Amino acid sequence: MIVSKQKPFPEILASLENVSRVFLIGCAKCATVCKSGGEEQVWQMQEDLVAAGKEVTGSVVIDEACHMLRVQRDLRAKGEMVTAAEALIVLSCGAGVQSVSAGSNRMTVAALDTLFLGNIRRFGQFEQRCSLCGECRLNETAGICPVTVCPKGLLNGPCGGMSEGKCEVSPEAECAWYQIYVRLRDRGGLPLPQETIPPKDFSKLIKPGSLKLEK
Amino acid sequence: MVSPMKSTLHDLLAVDRFVVTAEVSPPKGCDCGEFMEKARALRGTVDAINVTDNQGANMRISPLAPAALLAGEGIEPILQLTCRDRNRLALQSELLAAATFGVTNVLALTGDYITFGDHAGAKPVFDLDAVQLLQTIAALNSGRDLAGTTLHGAPCFFPGAAAAPEAEPFELTLTKLRKKAEAGTRFFQTQALFSPEKLVRFMEAVRPLGVKVIAGIILLKSAGMARYMNARIPGLTVPQELIAELEEAERPLEAGVAIARRLVTALSPHCDGIHIMAMGKEELIPEILADLHRNDGKEG
Repeated sequence: MIVSKQKPFPEILASLENVSRVFLIGCAKCATVCKSGGEEQVWQMQEDLVAAGKEVTGSVVIDEACHMLRVQRDLRAKGEMVTAAEALIVLSCGAGVQSVSAGSNRMTVAALDTLFLGNIRRFGQFEQRCSLCGECRLNETAGICPVTVCPKGLLNGPCGGMSEGKCEVSPEAECAWYQIYVRLRDRGGLPLPQETIPPKDFSKLIKPGSLKLEK
Repeated sequence: MVSPMKSTLHDLLAVDRFVVTAEVSPPKGCDCGEFMEKARALRGTVDAINVTDNQGANMRISPLAPAALLAGEGIEPILQLTCRDRNRLALQSELLAAATFGVTNVLALTGDYITFGDHAGAKPVFDLDAVQLLQTIAALNSGRDLAGTTLHGAPCFFPGAAAAPEAEPFELTLTKLRKKAEAGTRFFQTQALFSPEKLVRFMEAVRPLGVKVIAGIILLKSAGMARYMNARIPGLTVPQELIAELEEAERPLEAGVAIARRLVTALSPHCDGIHIMAMGKEELIPEILADLHRNDGKEG
């Protein structure tokens, strides 16, 4: 899922200078799970905005905000609530914000910062394991991604900052290559791969990405 | 085909002479006067000078300029080159520029992470890692770039790499050291060492790779600095008894010199050379080396 968190409220408010009527949009998928843009947060945002002197014309939690056609349909269904607003405040990831900005002629305000594609460790705790690099190397690294788990994305083993299996960047975290080493050792006593992995092919990751399925 | 390599460091190591290298930081700014004075003062004391590359991720002048100035004066530079700040195009063009200026020795490094330094918000590059950078140097030496295109004028680098003999688990770091050796490193300069035991273990493992080992010795200037390094410098751990020794000393810097001097004596029988990191106190290097008797009888 896409992990996001709310921007500080004063920052959101600063984006609403000269705006008095707003409509709120949440997302029923990722932003709901990470408690940044579900029903509850949309309601809280409404309270805070009203307290700050704004008029909230209405709100909707879209299932899911990255779906461009669904966003257009749901906003149409809200009719005057949307047209009466000067700005649409979107509590979803950056993809959802852009579905809204593309599907409406109203000013769009992003209320969240989008952080990463995350695994859910337990409720309220998210971790990045995959950085969508376009060239999966997990088959060579015991199912642990050094591109993501190593802050430097090193493909050929730990850097000189590894100490007692810990990472130089966050000493409480385990070095990605230490994790790979331990997993290989514990699952069949395998050594680390001895072959040098060549540099990554970043041409597989040209932005903006797009994919069109063949019929 | 044997290319004519203009590296004194290579020539010395090739005949098994015990070498001494030292690190001098380039300036934060474009005035290399003080840097050059420090380097000139070390002439005759050390065989080569490492020119660090934005060390600790702190922005300084590109090491290429001071390394070129050294080469121009006949002082042997070791150009440190990290993967943190340059992609594969920039690394290759920097290397070719170095060759043009007569810089032959290159220490291929991954680089400390960007948040350790003074530009914490900068984009970390790490397009290549140190192993891949060594492969890049080998490719350039063979007259081709990473895309396989023939170069107009091939360099002749003497490549080196870093090693952390005290890092655990050792088996994990050894895998990478083997890759570095396979990728063509000819010498290792190690992270600061504090005991001969770890160096002996390291030498046993590395000897079969046929790579020369220059052991790192750092000048501990005070107990505070040692504690700071333990907290902030990746891959370096000063033992508590040395911190205590510095703490109890009336003149901590003198105690630090004495510790470094002891380490020179303790480590030098086990390796091919030593590398002094004097942390700005380069004028103390001759004193640190006072007990070192090199095998060719030449004055150190």
